[in-house]
Amino acid sequence: MRRPRFLYIPFWASLVFLYLPIIMLVVMSFNSGRSAYTYEGFSLKWYGELAKDEGIRNGLINTLIVATCSTVIATVLGTLLAVGLARYSRSRVLDALALMPGVLPDLVLAIGLLIFYVLVRTTFGIETLGLGAVTAAHALFSMAFVTAVVRTRLTGSDTSLEEASRDLGAGAVTTFMKVTLPQLMPGVVAGALLAFTLSLDEFVIAFFTIGNTEQTLPIVIYSMIRFGVTPKINALAAILLLVSFTAVIAGQRMTKIGESRAQN
Amino acid sequence: MLRIDGITRAFGDVTALDGVSLEIGQGEFFALLGPSGCGKTTLLRILAGFENPDAGSVTLDGADLLSLAPNKRPINLMFQSYALFPHMSVAKNVAYGLERENLPRAEVKQRVGEVLETVGLSAQAGRKPQQLSGGQRQRVALARAIVKRPRLLLLDEPLSALDKKVRADMQLELKRLQTEVGITFVVVTHDQEEAMSLADRIAVFDSGTVRQVDAPVELYERPRSRFVADFVGANNLFEGTAGGTGPLKTEDFGDLPCTAVEDLPDDSTALLAVRPEKVALREEDGLLTGTVLDVSFYGGVSHISVTVPGRDKPVLVAVQGASGVQVGAEVGLHWEEQDAVLLPVTQ
Repeated sequence: MRRPRFLYIPFWASLVFLYLPIIMLVVMSFNSGRSAYTYEGFSLKWYGELAKDEGIRNGLINTLIVATCSTVIATVLGTLLAVGLARYSRSRVLDALALMPGVLPDLVLAIGLLIFYVLVRTTFGIETLGLGAVTAAHALFSMAFVTAVVRTRLTGSDTSLEEASRDLGAGAVTTFMKVTLPQLMPGVVAGALLAFTLSLDEFVIAFFTIGNTEQTLPIVIYSMIRFGVTPKINALAAILLLVSFTAVIAGQRMTKIGESRAQN
Repeated sequence: MLRIDGITRAFGDVTALDGVSLEIGQGEFFALLGPSGCGKTTLLRILAGFENPDAGSVTLDGADLLSLAPNKRPINLMFQSYALFPHMSVAKNVAYGLERENLPRAEVKQRVGEVLETVGLSAQAGRKPQQLSGGQRQRVALARAIVKRPRLLLLDEPLSALDKKVRADMQLELKRLQTEVGITFVVVTHDQEEAMSLADRIAVFDSGTVRQVDAPVELYERPRSRFVADFVGANNLFEGTAGGTGPLKTEDFGDLPCTAVEDLPDDSTALLAVRPEKVALREEDGLLTGTVLDVSFYGGVSHISVTVPGRDKPVLVAVQGASGVQVGAEVGLHWEEQDAVLLPVTQ
C-alpha cells in the first residue's frame, strides 16, 4: 500500500529536531577557531588538544573503570534477581521494590548514598572510598534496569524447558547454566548494554558520591564548561557519541544473534 | 512395579486428585484417559516429581518415589510441548541426559547415535529443533526420553500436536518402540482413540477419581458407569429400571433387551448402553421407531441420527460404507440382547 506523502513531513521533522543539535556539535568539533559557536574552517586540532589533556584522559579512564565494573556487578546480580522474582516469588511488592532504584529521582538516590558513605567512612575510619563508591552506586541503579529487561523476557515464558532439564537428571545449578541462561541471553546482553551506557554519562550520583581525588568524565566536562565552552568539548562529545553509537549497534546485533540462536 | 496409593492433591478449592490408587506392571503400556481438567496431568507431574501430593504414596519396585528429587528418579517424561532445548542441536538435546550422568564421551556418542537410528533421525542430528517438522520434533523428544533407559516413561498427550496422517504413523512407532525397548509406558491423553489403540490397559479419570481400569476392549464393550459409557466412544443411553439380568423397563419404550454386567437388585434404576454400530436399521418396526434426522458419510462408515419420540437426544446408528437411507424416512431400530449393556446407576 502507498502511504500519502505528506505523512513523511512530521516524520522527517521530528528526526531533524532530534538530531540537529547533535549534528551541530559534531560539525563544530572540527572548527579551527576558538569559539564553539562560530565556524571558521576545518581543523582537527581540537582532537589533538584533547589527546594532550591529562585531566580528560584520567577522567575517561576512571569512567571506563566505573562503567565496566558496575556493569558486571549489575548484570550478574540483576539477572539473578530477575530469575528469582519470576520463578520463586509471586509478590508484586517485591517486584516493585526491585525496580524502584531505576525510577527514583537521581537526587534522592545521590543524597541517600552520600549519607550512607559518610556513615561507612566514619564508622570504619576510612579516608576515601575512591572509585568504589561510584561503582557501587552505579551498580545499584543499573541493576534495576537489568532486572527489568531480563524480567520481561521471563514473563510468560514457560517453565517446561527447565522441568525437562531436571527430568533428564540435571540439578538446579546445571539447569540454570545450561538451559535458563542461554534462553535469557538476549535480555542479559541488552540489560548489560543499558547499564554500561547509563553509567558512562551519569553525573548527579557520581558528583555526590565521588571523593575529591578521583573524577569521572562527566564531572571533568562539567568543571571545564564552567570556564567557557571551547571546541575541545565538542570533540570530546563527538568521540563519546561514536562510542555510544557503536555500543548500541553492537548490542542490537548481539541481541539479534542471541534471539535467532534462541529460536533456531 | 509402580504402585500409586491414595494420592490426593488439591489446588485451593479445586481437588485435582481424590484418593487415586493404581497399580502398573512391568513392561505395560498404560493409559490415563479423561477429559481435560480431570487430574490426569497432575498425576503425571506427581510421578515425574514436579508436583507433590497432599496425601498418599507412590512406590517404584517397592522403593518410595516421592522423596526423590525429579533429577534423581529413574523416570523420564516426554512433554506435551516436547520442551526441546531450542539452543541445542538434535544430537545435543538427546545427549543432555546422558551427559548429566557423567558417562564417558564415547559411550554418550554411541548411545545417542543408536537412539537416533531407532527413531530414524540420524540424518537430522546436526539440526536445530526449529528446523524440524512436528513429527520429527516429537521423535526427538521421544529419543531424548528413552536414551536414559528409564524404568518408567511418561508421555503427556504425545500425539496431540500432530496431524492425522503423522499420528497414525507415530502410534505404530510408539508401540513398536515399546515392545523393542521393554520400558513401562504411562501415557496421558484425552483422546480415547489414542488410548485404545496404544494401551494394554486404560484408567478412565473423571474429576479426580478413577472410574474404571480395564483393557480397551472390555472398557468399550463393558463400561461400568454412565461416565465411562458416555465418554469412551459414542453410545446410545436409555434410562429405566431393571432387576436381575434385565431387560430394562422403560416408561416410553417398554422393555428393551440387554445383558447385565452383574446381577441387579429388583427395581433398581439402571442404564442401557448400546453402541451405534450395534444398532440395525429396519424398514418397518423394530424395538423403536423414529425419523431420520441426518445422514453423515465418513468414507468407511456412515452415521445416521434418528429422532425417536420420547427421547431428547437422537439415536445414533453407524453402518458400513454409504447408506441409502433418506433424511425424513420412517425407520425401525433394532439390536440383539447381547449387544446392549445394562449398567447399575449409582446415585
